[in-house]
Amino acid sequence: HREPPPGTEAYIPQRFPDNRIVSSKYTFWNFVPKNLFEQFRRIANFYFLIIFLVQLIIDTPTSPVTSGLPLLFVITVTAIKQGYEDWLRHKADNAMNQCPVHFIQHGKLVRKQSRKLRVGDIVMVKEDETFPCDLIFLSSSRGDGTCFVTTASLDGESSHKTYYAVQDTKAFHNEQEIDALHATIECEQPQPDLYKFVGRINVYHDRNEPTARPLGSENLLLRGATLKNTEKIFGVAIYTGMETKMALNYQAKSQKRSAVEKSMNVFLIVYLCILISKALINTVLKYVWQSEPFRDEPWYNQKTEPERKRNLFLRAFTDFLAFMVLFNYIIPVSMYVTVEMQKFLGSYFLTWDEEMFDEDTGEGPLVNTSDLNEELGQIEYVFTDKTGTLTENNMEFVECCIEGHVYVPHVICNGQYIFKEELFFRALCLCHTVQVKDDDSVDGLKKNQLSRRSCIYISSSPDEVALVEGIQRYVLGYTYLRLKDNFMEILNRENNLEKFELLEVLSFDSVRRRMSVIVKSSTGDIFLFCKGADSSIFPRVKEGKIDQIRSRVERNAVEGLRTLCVAYKKLTAEEYSNAQKLLQNAKLALQDREKKLAEVYEKIERDFILLGATAVEDRLQEKAADTIEALQKAGIKVWVLTGDKMETAAATCYACKLFRRNTQILELTTKKIEEQSLHDVLFDLSKTVLRHNGSLTRDTFSGLSTDMQDYGLIIDGAALSLIMKPRQDGSSANYRELFLEICRNCSAVLCCRMAPLQKAQIVKLIKLSKEHPITLAIGDGANDVSMILEAHVGIIGKEGRQAARNSDYAIPKFKHLKKMLLVHGHFYYVRISELVQYFFYKNVCFIFPQFLYQFFCGFSQQTLYDTAYLTLYNISFTSLPILLYGLMEQHVSADTLKREPSLYRDVAKNALLRWRAFIYWTFLGVFDAVVFFFGAYFLFDNTVVTSNGQMFGNWTFGTLVFTVLVFTVTLKLALDTHYWTWINHFMIWGSLVFYIIFSLLWGGIIWPFLNYQRMYYVFMQMLSSGPAWLGIILLITVSLLPDVLKKVLCRQVFRGTARTPELKSLSFIPSHFTA
Amino acid sequence: ASPEETRELESDGTGVGTGTGTVSGSGAALGPSAAPLPPAPAWQPILTAGTVLPAFFIIGLIFIPIGIGIFVTSNNIREYEIDYTGTEPSSPCNKCLNVSWDSTPPCTCTINFTLEHSFESNVFMYYGLSNFYQNHRRYVKSRDDSQLNGDNSSLLNPSKECEPYRTNEDKPIAPCGAIANSMFNDTLELYRIDNDTRTPITLIKKGIAWWTDKNVKFRNPTGDGNNLTALFQGTTKPVNWPKPVYMLDSEPDNNGFINEDFIVWMRTAALPTFRKLYRLIERKDNLQPTLQAGKYSLDIAYNYPVHSFDGRKRMILSTISWMGGKNPFLGIAYITVGSICFFLGVVLLIIHHKYGNRNTSADIPN
Repeated sequence: HREPPPGTEAYIPQRFPDNRIVSSKYTFWNFVPKNLFEQFRRIANFYFLIIFLVQLIIDTPTSPVTSGLPLLFVITVTAIKQGYEDWLRHKADNAMNQCPVHFIQHGKLVRKQSRKLRVGDIVMVKEDETFPCDLIFLSSSRGDGTCFVTTASLDGESSHKTYYAVQDTKAFHNEQEIDALHATIECEQPQPDLYKFVGRINVYHDRNEPTARPLGSENLLLRGATLKNTEKIFGVAIYTGMETKMALNYQAKSQKRSAVEKSMNVFLIVYLCILISKALINTVLKYVWQSEPFRDEPWYNQKTEPERKRNLFLRAFTDFLAFMVLFNYIIPVSMYVTVEMQKFLGSYFLTWDEEMFDEDTGEGPLVNTSDLNEELGQIEYVFTDKTGTLTENNMEFVECCIEGHVYVPHVICNGQYIFKEELFFRALCLCHTVQVKDDDSVDGLKKNQLSRRSCIYISSSPDEVALVEGIQRYVLGYTYLRLKDNFMEILNRENNLEKFELLEVLSFDSVRRRMSVIVKSSTGDIFLFCKGADSSIFPRVKEGKIDQIRSRVERNAVEGLRTLCVAYKKLTAEEYSNAQKLLQNAKLALQDREKKLAEVYEKIERDFILLGATAVEDRLQEKAADTIEALQKAGIKVWVLTGDKMETAAATCYACKLFRRNTQILELTTKKIEEQSLHDVLFDLSKTVLRHNGSLTRDTFSGLSTDMQDYGLIIDGAALSLIMKPRQDGSSANYRELFLEICRNCSAVLCCRMAPLQKAQIVKLIKLSKEHPITLAIGDGANDVSMILEAHVGIIGKEGRQAARNSDYAIPKFKHLKKMLLVHGHFYYVRISELVQYFFYKNVCFIFPQFLYQFFCGFSQQTLYDTAYLTLYNISFTSLPILLYGLMEQHVSADTLKREPSLYRDVAKNALLRWRAFIYWTFLGVFDAVVFFFGAYFLFDNTVVTSNGQMFGNWTFGTLVFTVLVFTVTLKLALDTHYWTWINHFMIWGSLVFYIIFSLLWGGIIWPFLNYQRMYYVFMQMLSSGPAWLGIILLITVSLLPDVLKKVLCRQVFRGTARTPELKSLSFIPSHFTA
Repeated sequence: ASPEETRELESDGTGVGTGTGTVSGSGAALGPSAAPLPPAPAWQPILTAGTVLPAFFIIGLIFIPIGIGIFVTSNNIREYEIDYTGTEPSSPCNKCLNVSWDSTPPCTCTINFTLEHSFESNVFMYYGLSNFYQNHRRYVKSRDDSQLNGDNSSLLNPSKECEPYRTNEDKPIAPCGAIANSMFNDTLELYRIDNDTRTPITLIKKGIAWWTDKNVKFRNPTGDGNNLTALFQGTTKPVNWPKPVYMLDSEPDNNGFINEDFIVWMRTAALPTFRKLYRLIERKDNLQPTLQAGKYSLDIAYNYPVHSFDGRKRMILSTISWMGGKNPFLGIAYITVGSICFFLGVVLLIIHHKYGNRNTSADIPN
């Protein structure tokens, strides 16, 4: 069955991969080189490697250990982490590759390891087994050639989906029969889209012409999915190993980078420039200073012969490199590790939050990427889906309107139905893709028949379930039973079984916004039932009480109900066979199948007779209004993006307080554009908005925006596409700018009638606008995935099984967004920004004295501190307190943040990492460094600092500076800490104690394997000197003084109008809570 | 309206619905049962007006007296300094200015001086050098600590760091390196001139180095017997030294590597202007000051050339208090910082009263 018979098209043997899945990155052999390569591709690691190599090659002031050891530590930790992850992947791969698979060889069932599977092999899969590769479904043990599959591991949807065997092969039920099958399959090259597949099977019966059958995604069983409710199936492998759709979907999503990371990189570059300029200044000064030979080479300090002979430029270059090495600690290795650990560990605080745990579903928040934690504190735009996100997505059938008469549940059931009504209910029972959940046994079906209410309907659309259930429950006449052998069985109100042959399903898509079925009744009449959005039905209706129904639909929409229109048409046998032919051709097409299908649908779905409309209510999620209000107070602009119609969506927006009563609504809809040109509408709107612009911005900052004039914009998909459409004359950019300008001045925007891709377009438009705001998209369905992927932070709410993997964060309910952004996001941001600033600060403090010392040691690159101190400063003496701060800090209590959403504005737009803050920290660092160095300098300058008259040397000098440094830097952090727990106390004081103990130990012994003993007893000698103690205390006090003063002054004087947002927030609270 | 919007992406296939359920599956979620609670808040040392204001006053109140104490102590310290470089033509040491290492006999000069005040307690005699970069990197590392610690293999095979002072005429130098090679070798002698009679003042040469240096860090090589000459066999003296290391002093416990002058020199100074302890002058009895006011003369065996690098040489006599030698900086700094704190405390208090009345505290409600 693998080779085609002679005479078919030229067959080019193709190399197919075997069925091995390789998700691991490394093998045992290439782990070390490949992992190192990967790691050194990071700029920072590469920089440290270069520094390390320079230290190895040239004669540098510090030993290679000082940078080698931290680098080794970082690299090892990362390698262990990645190695462990890869080991897990290997294990998973092996388990998957070695699991046994039944497949058929020469008519017999053989058990083999999964990895030995090849394309073309026929595989047998039993119930509850997962498919070993992508299979074309040939036959199943179920007579109708269907099987049920759950794709929970692929897209997270746990419902059972029905797949269909190829018509011509579904009769083969055992190994021998299936082995006799002779067929070729043509299919597209492997593609990652799980829901698309186009192929063709040619089945050869003896010597006859082959029969060609189209293959679609309904015939393709995907690797990773599990067979359910079906005893066994046979399938032929078409994509194996790394070509399966599952494997193709493994590809990582594009990396999202946070604003903090970007700032951090900018600061790094600034520091790199500082570093280089420092090294350059020192090199130049060194050669100026050395120009007098007695300075370059005094009699007491001669150079070696090779040194003397070295070329001047080479010497200068070496000196430059040596200075670089000396000052390289200004860019700390450990910062990257700390930031990564902070993010990774910090994300657990989100998942552990009990308040965000949802009792109903038993789920808490999920963090899929910890890289973006701090972005949650920077959100400026929230794009939210309506259905299922703002609303419960728990539909309830409210009413239906047939021929202009309104029927409310419980009332409908009495009286006789006229023909149209009967047809309407039948239409609702037939025109859907609802499945009846059938629990293992055949008894289930019987039970259904006996007691109508026990059946469970499953559908991808909750509306359909609501409709079918509503009809069953309230109309008491029509119950959809099941689909059997292409016959839809319904019970009518006389409890008689009616059978309709299901001829075609013109399935739903978001462009058409409708679906149709073609059924043949037992009397032989062929009907086409269509159900869809009013906008897509009305234009296709040729008769019916359009006006009455339309007005009803519009009324319902205003009340926030979801409406659907139902229409039908009767087909003659001829019309049907035409339609069938067209459909068959389109389905068989290998290329552009969708496009062709759409054309055919367009031809078939016309000239309807309107039956009526339905209304379904979708309740708001709990606290949705409260959440939206809080987000708006926090200065976040909330946009609702929905596929719903304008009136429904607007009603929801009012209900959830996105629009308030005093909100002036601006409309940018197709209707308006029809009246005026797009150009005029846009300019009018912008004029309206900008008139109040001045007062608006001022009020926004006062934090009390409730009583100002605010605007809400409503735009629909068609208008949006007009705005987005690129024009030849280039004026589209103009429209876009204008549109953005309007949006910027609106507190709330509602985009209705949006296609999924348009949602992503909107997000992209805002994201790339000139302020580069940080966006968050929240949605629960597959149609929100594109927008979630596009936004900076994606969140998936309740029903997000399908795309939960695509989101960065998942929360159970919309109301949790409030805490996630206002509390966790705020904290994450404050923590990481302090962490980054503090890291730079402490390294300026660390290295700047070193720089100053060069002026006093003849620019000879002499280090101020001992090697051990240079190495351990960032690794151990000052690392843990800041990490803990990064995890635990709560500058304001969580409750306060929740109560006062306006505090969120304080950190908006990366406020704590602006240049102002950065320069403040840097200058603080420089100031402290100057205090340390010159304090020690004046203390030591040509005088005695011991009470026994003995003198201290350069190492004592350095140790004194270092001691002051460690204490100052740690105490500075203690001053910044607002949330103290015993761990904070332990870490901060523990670090200082550790430093002292280490120094005592380091200087306490003649270390046997070191070739220098310069630190021997230096620390003890220093501590035995009174002036050194006094000096240390004095210098610590002086270095901390300005920061303390600044904090107190800001709090006292600039109360309310604080320059520094962090402090504003501190001062802001009392005014609210002492009142 | 379109109720089907939630399934827009998936239902594009043909055939009857590829329906996906509204029945919710259970996603992977971390239950709260395993959630460790964040630790409870502990003692909170947080900056508030309530804590900072008293802190400023307390710092002020503590620092000012300490500063005054240090300042007074520092002022009570007697210190006398003579520059004997001899750059001025009038200086008695001018003739020795361009002395070289190997001039024999050494150039000597005598400088007379008068102490206005008597030095009551023990007097410490220092030599001071200026413009001498003992902290130059090439210089600092030019030593071999294992050799100085008495390691026999390093004695004969000194570290490469000692280059170019590692070997001389194919013999290892002991002690090797630039530091040792440039050891200060002026001899200073102090006389009291009383009615034209020169009474030598006893200068004690022990106790000038750190105890740990002398007893642990620096050790003579070990071997058979205590004969240093034999122990240092196979090595040669540093180039600039007139005598080998085992002839630095006549006393065996102050000879070789454990010679205190040598140890003092080996502790490299932090700054280019530095002083090093040279000798101690102990107070003999309680009735007389150590050095009475009056005339003294300093005899110098001028061996150490500093003129070539614009250096200066000084001799310093100083008494020492509990806080070391004369150092006005610390006292003044303490007084200044204390006053600033006090002043700031007052200013803040005013501000606090002026602005703080609206809200009595700036505490964070935690």
